[in-house]
Amino acid sequence: MNFGLSEEQVLLKSTIKRFLEEQCPTTRVRAIMESGGHDAALWQGLAELGIAGLIVPAAYGGSGLELLDLALAAEELGYAATPGPFLGACLATVAVLEGGDAAQKERWLPRLAAGEAIGTVAFGEADSQWEPAQYATRVANGKLTGAKPLVPYAGIAHLMIVAAHDTSGPGLWLVERGAPGVQIAALKGVDMTRRLDRVQFTDAPATKLGGSSAGTQRTLDAGCVLIAADAYGGARRCLDMAAQYAQQREQFGQIIGAFQAVKHQIANLAAEIEPSLSLYWYAAHAFDRIRDQSERHAAMAKAHMTDLYDRVTRDATELHGGIGFTWEFDLHLWFRRAVFDRSFLGEAAVHRARAATLAGW
Amino acid sequence: MDLSYSAEYEQFRNEVRQFLKEHWTEADANAVPPPAPDDRAALMGAIIRTDKRATEFRIKAIERGYLYRHVPRRYGGGEQPPDPLKAVIIAEELRKARAPGEVVGQGPSMLAPTLVEHGTEEQKQKFIRDTLLGKITWCQGYSEPGSGSDLASLRTRAVLEGDFWVVNGQKIWTSNADTAHWMFCLVRTEPDAPKHDGISYLLIDMKSAGITVRPLRQMTGDADFNEVFFDNLRVPLQNLVGKRGQGWIVSRSTLKHERALIGGSFIIRRTLDGLIMLAQGVNLRGKPAIQDPIIRNRIVELESKVLASEYNGYRLLTMQARNEEPGLAALVTKLYGTTLGYDIGKLAMDILADRGLLAPGEDSAPAMGMFVTAYMWSLGVLIAGGTANIQRNIVAERGFGLPRDAAASRR
Repeated sequence: MNFGLSEEQVLLKSTIKRFLEEQCPTTRVRAIMESGGHDAALWQGLAELGIAGLIVPAAYGGSGLELLDLALAAEELGYAATPGPFLGACLATVAVLEGGDAAQKERWLPRLAAGEAIGTVAFGEADSQWEPAQYATRVANGKLTGAKPLVPYAGIAHLMIVAAHDTSGPGLWLVERGAPGVQIAALKGVDMTRRLDRVQFTDAPATKLGGSSAGTQRTLDAGCVLIAADAYGGARRCLDMAAQYAQQREQFGQIIGAFQAVKHQIANLAAEIEPSLSLYWYAAHAFDRIRDQSERHAAMAKAHMTDLYDRVTRDATELHGGIGFTWEFDLHLWFRRAVFDRSFLGEAAVHRARAATLAGW
Repeated sequence: MDLSYSAEYEQFRNEVRQFLKEHWTEADANAVPPPAPDDRAALMGAIIRTDKRATEFRIKAIERGYLYRHVPRRYGGGEQPPDPLKAVIIAEELRKARAPGEVVGQGPSMLAPTLVEHGTEEQKQKFIRDTLLGKITWCQGYSEPGSGSDLASLRTRAVLEGDFWVVNGQKIWTSNADTAHWMFCLVRTEPDAPKHDGISYLLIDMKSAGITVRPLRQMTGDADFNEVFFDNLRVPLQNLVGKRGQGWIVSRSTLKHERALIGGSFIIRRTLDGLIMLAQGVNLRGKPAIQDPIIRNRIVELESKVLASEYNGYRLLTMQARNEEPGLAALVTKLYGTTLGYDIGKLAMDILADRGLLAPGEDSAPAMGMFVTAYMWSLGVLIAGGTANIQRNIVAERGFGLPRDAAASRR
């Protein structure tokens, strides 16, 4: 019985943390977010650390690790507010891994693992529809047609994994960069560290992922876990910033951290955040090892963590006072990421409703 | 992360099961009838069980090293090297077999480890073994009407007269003072010393002359606490634990090993299961409450918090097994649990809807009003064992290094 990280996992986490502290301080975060939200050199640096290929089997050039390991990376990226295509790239990788056939894996996984190819996922549709059975995008004769209003980094992606239906039901299709019939429009998003595009497919050539039909749900589950991990990392960062600020800022002749109102607000945040770490760990572990609990735990972790992230960014701003509401101060980077985590892949209520149904109530 | 037990621990689990098979039968488990769910006293009695058969079993379990593993054998303990996983396996198997575990109460949990660390040899021999078997029961004389959060300001006076301490003053919120054989008690012996340095730790025989116990009725309507008055009570000199004036340090002794850190979350999990059953069992406007979309949403929200608490317990257990400093993960558990208790109570009240108007004891109340009782007790939990505000101070000060309150420093 061991509910904790291995030495290798602790090392992985601290390596990523150090890399991001050195290579991606918030000055660089801001530079990247104000120039399109992607920096090829930063992405390549992360890929060289092995992040893009963490869950890709060694046979395809990856590290052969599990979603828990990838979630630890997501936590660190969330802590640092790292801009870039990490989430979509990971989910495209999960989709190929879980839903691709041998030839598709052979073709894409080595390039995805090396970070040479950037993947993304086109799932949700109009009217906040994230439920695969309800997607309106259709495929006939290898041509895909439909609208995907919120696709991360479609503009730079080498491949898009598109959730759609054909006559045999829902599934996943692969659309390559430069395919005809793909119209991409950049959107102005709240979270400038994770860009979103609107994509219109009109008879775009698409290849169906030929492996397991569970790929769609598995990809969504992995997305929920990675977002929960990102939210934990971001919430933790806001708490650390607030606690640090409380030690420095003086008012009424003393540091504000000496006031009980401030101490108690920080303690309340810690009491909510700290136990939730183990909820996302468990959800990741369930994805890897306890398949029958995976979907439900992913849904609960996503809803719980993103709800909490929202509240933490609010309280952290209050604890910072006026400076927390300025553009120059970094806190709003996490506020914006919390907005993304909250809504991407569906809001908390949807996931809780799913979890209730999955419980058989 | 690996949530299975290794072969060594599975082997240990089998040994415990075999032991239980040999020494605790189904008939033993059924000898005490299950109490009504709203009868707190009977519930505690069923858990504690100090009847002859239970004591026989406990002695055998101690011999095998299954109970009181942190207490030396010469004082009646099981004396085993700390191993939190084994402790959990033992607790799980005992619970499944409905066999007596360690006696629940402040004697075994607080007094016994304090005596192990600070008691005289005579005190250890006299009290520890019988306390662990539930033959001597204890109450805790700490809080006073004027000393709650600021416990070290306590004013119950003890003056040395010959071979006796003469005690005058009052204690409050004393659970079991009406039934306990003995009290461990903090008294002021050095009125001129700084407040923390003027306190001594006394063992008081509750049969002594000069003690008056009055029931204290709490807001639920029941009286689960007492007030205790000392009027020229005479306590023999040898009942002082530790040195004179060091009672504060003595009282800080805690169990150092194998704290049942996940025990609390098991109980919360069971309460949540009860809440789900309640939502399935009662209707809201013609349909089971659990089919109401808002209720479903809130149950899942609550379940996520309960699971976080449960998994945090497993994480703490792992840290203990690895000798890691648990830090924040341990500091926040009480505060988190306090909030959870309220969340559960509040949701139960909303599921009950207008049926929550019925008091415990009203025959027509769903689940005999036990959820209403739990809702009321969630108020008590805010205060007992250190108020939520004191917990917040602890988290901020020890967890984040924020300054101690100036007024709470050692003055």
